[in-house]
This record gives sequence, C-alpha cells and structure tokens, in this order.
Amino acid sequence: MSAGTDTNELFGDVDLGWERLKGRAFLGFCIAASGFGVFALLLLLGDVASQAVTAVFVRDISVVRFLTESASRFPDEAGFYAAVVGSAWLMLFTVLLSFFVGVGTAVYLEEFAPDNRWKRLVEANLANLAGVPSVVYGLLVLAAVVNLTNPLSGERVGPILFAGAVALALLIMPIIIVSAQEALRAVPDSMRRGSRATGATNWQTVRNVVLPAALPGILTGTILALARAIGETAPLIMVGALLTARRAPEGPFDTFGAMPTMIYYWADRPEVDFHYLAALGIVVLLLILIAMNATAVYLRNKYETEY
Amino acid sequence: MSETELEIDVDREEDADEETTSDEIAVETRDLSVWYGEDRALQDIDMKVPENKVTAMIGPSGCGKSTFLRCINRMNDRIDTCRVEGEVRFRGKNVYDDDVDPVALRRRIGMVFQKPNPFPKSIRENVAYGLKIQNKTDNLDESVETALRRAALWDEVKDQLDSSGLDLSGGQQQRLCIARAIAPDPEVILMDEPASALDPVATSQIEDLIEELARDYTVMVVTHNMQQAARISDKTAVFLTGGELVEFDDTKKIFENPDDQRVEDYITGKFG
Ligand SMILES: Nc1ncnc2c1ncn2[C@@H]1O[C@H](COP(=O)(O)OP(=O)(O)O)[C@@H](O)[C@H]1O
Ligand SMILES: [Mg+2]
Repeated sequence: MSAGTDTNELFGDVDLGWERLKGRAFLGFCIAASGFGVFALLLLLGDVASQAVTAVFVRDISVVRFLTESASRFPDEAGFYAAVVGSAWLMLFTVLLSFFVGVGTAVYLEEFAPDNRWKRLVEANLANLAGVPSVVYGLLVLAAVVNLTNPLSGERVGPILFAGAVALALLIMPIIIVSAQEALRAVPDSMRRGSRATGATNWQTVRNVVLPAALPGILTGTILALARAIGETAPLIMVGALLTARRAPEGPFDTFGAMPTMIYYWADRPEVDFHYLAALGIVVLLLILIAMNATAVYLRNKYETEY
Repeated sequence: MSETELEIDVDREEDADEETTSDEIAVETRDLSVWYGEDRALQDIDMKVPENKVTAMIGPSGCGKSTFLRCINRMNDRIDTCRVEGEVRFRGKNVYDDDVDPVALRRRIGMVFQKPNPFPKSIRENVAYGLKIQNKTDNLDESVETALRRAALWDEVKDQLDSSGLDLSGGQQQRLCIARAIAPDPEVILMDEPASALDPVATSQIEDLIEELARDYTVMVVTHNMQQAARISDKTAVFLTGGELVEFDDTKKIFENPDDQRVEDYITGKFG
C-alpha cells in the first residue's frame, strides 16, 4: 500500500456510479416533494390574497364594515363580526373544557400511572382518538348534548354554543394530552429526584417542579390544538351551529355561528358578491391562525430551558 | 493531591479518634442486600455510620456504592426491579418498616447527586424549596442565607438571588444543591460523587465544604477518588465488585494498614 499504488488497482473493482445516481435521484425526489407542499400553500395564499385584494380595492368592500357588521341577506351590508365573536366564545369554552382534563390525563399518565397494560391501552386509545374524523365528534355531541331534554325547562337543549365547544374540546383533547405528555417527558428525571430527595411528596414534586418546568411546552401544545379547533367546520354544522351569524352569541347557552361556518355559507351562495366576503373571512381566519402559531413558537423559544 | 496532604489529613483524623469510639450511631445497616431483578447488587452489608462524621464509600464503579446510598433514604423505592432485604436503621428505627413514610424519612436525610440538578428556578427559590414544601417558612430569607453560607456560596450569589440557578457554574450549581439539601436542616446528608462532574478548583471547594458540614451533619459521601476519601473522611468503607463491603474502619487505618489484602491491592493499585 505504498504511495505509488495505482488508484485503479486499489479501488478498480468498486463501482459507485450507479449507487451515486440512485442517491441523487432520491434526493431530487425529496426536494421536489417538499417543494410541492410549499407550492400548494403559496398557491392557496395567493388565491385568497388576490380575491381579498379584489374585494377591498375593486369591489370596494369596507374592511371596517366587514369587521363591525354581521351576516345579512345583502352582500353590501354583511360582515364578519358576529362570527368572530362566536369563534372567540367557542375557543374560550373549548380551552376551559379540554385544558384541565387533557393536562390532568397527561400528568396522570406520565407522572403517576404504573407502566402496565392499562396505561398502554389508554395511550393506544388516545392515538386512535386523534385519528377520528371531526364530524364524528359533532354527531356524538348532537346525540349526547343537543338532543337531550333540559330538566329545568323541559325543552330540548338545542344547538347552543356550549355544545359546539364540547365537540371541539373532544376533538382536540388527544392533541393536548399527547403534547402535554411530551412536555412532561422533556423535564429531566434529575429534577424529580432532586425534589423527592428534598422530602417532597409526588404531588408536591409535580406541582412545584415538573408542571412549572413543562408549562411553556404545555401551553404551546394547547395553542396549536386551539388553532386546529378554530378552523373546524364539520362538527359545528353537525351540532347545528347557525350558518349565518347575524348577531353575536351572548353566552354559552345562546345559539351561535362561527368563522368557519360563516365562510362556508358565503362560499356556498350562488351570488359572486358573497364569494368575496368569504375570501375576506378566510384572510381574517388565517391571520388569527398565524397569530396563534406565532405565539406558540414565541412561548416555546422564550421559555425553553437548557438543563 | 500529594502524599503530604494525605498525611496531614490523616493526622487531623487522629484527634477525632478518641471520640469515635463513644460516638452515637446515626445510620446502621444490618444484613442489607439489594437485587435488581435477578442480579444482586449488594451482599449482606453491615455498617455503623457515626454521627457528625464524614463517612466515605469507595470502590470500583459498579460495585454498588450508589445503590447503597439510595437505600438509606429509600430513593430505590421508585425502581421497579429493585428489591431490598435486611435493615437500614436510622436512629434505631428500620426505615423499611411498614410504618415509615419515605417522604418523612427524606426530610431528615438529605441527598446531593453526582450531576448538579438545580431546579429551573431562582437561586432563592432553589434553596427555599425544601423549606416551603416542609412548611418551614418562618424567617425564610434568613434560612436561605444560612443555608447558602453553610454551602459556602453566599458571597458569590448574594447579589443575584433572583437569577436562575441554572445560570451558575457547575461548581456553584453543586453548592446550590448542597444548600438546597441542608436548608430544611436534615440530620444526615448523602452525597453521590458530588465532585466528579467538577473541575479541580470546584472539587476542592466541595471537599472543604464536606469537612465543614460534618460539624452539623452526618455526611455519607460516595467517591471513586481514593485521595479524596483519604482527605475528607473520618471513616471509610471499601466496596468491591459484586457488592461486597470488604472493609469498614477509620480512614487512617484503611489507607495505612488495611486488614484485607484486597483493600490494600485496590488502594495501592490506584496509587501506582
Ligand atoms: N436502576 C438499576 N436497574 C438495574 N440495575 C442497576 C440499577 N442501578 C444500578 N444497577 C446495577 O447495580 C450494580 C451497582 O450499581 P451502582 O450502585 O450504580 O454502582 P456504583 O455506584 O458503585 O458505580 C451495577 O451492576 C449496576 O449495573
Ligand atoms: Mg454510582
């Protein structure tokens, strides 16, 4: 193996050309695949943006009016206000219903449950729940809440905002649980040991050390889950949400319309004028989504701990 | 580091010798055996740990030193495969008795780990942690200061008590963990290779601190560094592979004139 050995003699029987070609071909495919996703997203955004620009500058739809008025039979009087308020109420009750139950489940599974078959069964079911189509949750709530008789008034409960929140809460519960579990798992065991060795009970350890350390991650996951919920249409339609939000709901037991159902209604109308309202509605919804995601990313980066 | 230093410390040890005989026993193990599943990690350990002394546990890695330490405050309880037989007596009471609550036990036997593990909280909150969970919140600031002084950290951090404990250097973090362990005023402090992750300067600070702590506490320290054991401890227990306690005696005796040939081999082998 002296320096003078001919390269051909050394490696002549190794032919990498074909392998390298396969590698390059696969790399090309992967780049194209990831480019496709970006391209589709840009196309979507471009389409919505161009319609929104046309709506504001060509059709002269006032943005202020759009945001302060509510649904109307007449496109030039219709606005998004009641739908935005409806969605805000929905999110409030969705998060109230799902956060504590979801985080409680995650804490139990990660911090207390013995690692046995029962725990694995629960976790497998959570994974399955995350895959259930959202419309199914709508049907469930229709049967389990909306169609019940209110024992006080003797009337049917009806399509109240609370019922919509229950459907959305069930829908995002598995997401919250799994992301909270991840956040809890990211807290190193040395923290738990340190706390227990100082004479803390398991609950004190969870309450004072583990949860505070995991909270930013839990909140990030919850916000992302809510961002998923705020755009859901099918379960709300199943529950009986108003497609036209003419007035903002006044509380959890009022009937309601929300942003996605309003957009769906406008886009479904034959009159072109309503389609521009739908485009503006989508822009508002997307801006809210981007704001939520940005908050989540900010939280994650700001409070990330290096142990 | 040097032989002379070793001698000096052994000399210091001599004064204490007279007292040792009449000493109170803080922790005593009787026939203590531990299994992880089928594997036996400790074999019938009998040991009497004197009060207000530094007791060192040395031996090659994997010989069960950490396991032994974890038995004393029952930190092994959480390990599913771990099975303990025999007794660990703390002030005469077997800590594995059914009526002993491990949480209560750990409030009297503190622990410091190999890798510093301060909480992602302020320095003040770290030290106050044990006091708060044990409802010892009278004069909290005072107790925090006392603990930090005892841990020889006060002067370095007194102006930044509200900054994160994670921002300190490794050696400072470890002293913070010591402050956290001693703040609620336990009787025994267990230390598992508390200086092995630290640089030489931080190590010698921790060593000084350990000797200091023995005035107020019973200190049990695991180390794989024999010179360290010789420098800081009054009593030394030598464990050898298989989880056997080969010899337990005054540090001076262990290092100068051990009974067991294997101990001599182990010690001289390491010194070269
Ligand atoms: N959590 C555990 N599960 C199973 N075996 C363990 C565990 N901890 C330690 N052991 C085993 O017990 C023996 C003693 O380990 P350890 O007490 O950590 O020794 P040392 O601290 O002296 O290095 C080793 O053989 C180790 O593999
Ligand atoms: Mg060890």
